[in-house]
Amino acid sequence: MELTLREFWTVIHGMGLGALFLLAFAGGLAGLWSLRSELVTAGGVRERLPRLEVGTWVMAVVAWLTVVSGTYLVYPWYRAKVPTSPRSILLADPSRAEWHNFGMEWKEHVAWLAPILATAVAYVVIYYGPRLAHEPRIRKALIVLFVLAFAAAGVAGVFGAFINKVAPTA
Amino acid sequence: MSIQTTTTQPDDRAVATEPMVRPVPLAAPRPSGPAAAAVLAAGIGSFTLGLMVVLSEASAAVGAALTWSAAVGPLSGKTGVTVLVWLVAWLALGLAWKGRDVDFGKVWTATLVLIVLGFLGTFPLFFDLFAAG
Repeated sequence: MELTLREFWTVIHGMGLGALFLLAFAGGLAGLWSLRSELVTAGGVRERLPRLEVGTWVMAVVAWLTVVSGTYLVYPWYRAKVPTSPRSILLADPSRAEWHNFGMEWKEHVAWLAPILATAVAYVVIYYGPRLAHEPRIRKALIVLFVLAFAAAGVAGVFGAFINKVAPTA
Repeated sequence: MSIQTTTTQPDDRAVATEPMVRPVPLAAPRPSGPAAAAVLAAGIGSFTLGLMVVLSEASAAVGAALTWSAAVGPLSGKTGVTVLVWLVAWLALGLAWKGRDVDFGKVWTATLVLIVLGFLGTFPLFFDLFAAG
């Protein structure tokens, strides 16, 4: 049960960091959704807010680590100009070329939207603190940004998983 | 803070009831400027990424100029410019709107438009329309 260095970092990037972001999304969304003055007492807001603040900032940091590790560690191995690189393997087979031309080309770009949007959410959560429960318009905007960050990360995660299945970074 | 209240019984006797506890007052409202700055900057950053992708596809020269790392290729510059523009926009808007209330509705609308354009710009079927040659 050995992993090469490249396989190890590919796992860290995708199954470690990327998966952590996607899984934490559910908790963050529930936290934002339920932070309403009509649903939670002042004490409840005080109890939930630290969790939401830590959670959104951890997600933002994890998103940054995911895209940086992907772009600067895994991606160079993927696109190396050698016949055995995943990119070369995919493009050499017309039946698999679209995994690169569509899948990877979309994934490598759209993923970077996730940390930018997630950071905005985390900042605004910290900025408003308990008053966020009384700012429905701001909270709704944060939920939308949060969902869009998840969508971007989700696209990147799905295509990353499939591409690594079809042409592993070994 | 608690307030002692009384109630009147049917025989007109006034009796003390449980004290009424007022909820803890909230902190003073915060101006929307800094939050709006963060949100709009995220929109600007998203749009910038989409723009960089399209420009890189449309022009080999732009693609070459965005190749800040040979190993990573043009993606290094596309994302590098994106992050720089996002941070500068956040800083500039944050300073301009510090301590102020802004029309969050308009900011949010602009942000959504920018983010949609950003997503569109990163979509292969779209940016391939601009591919050079």
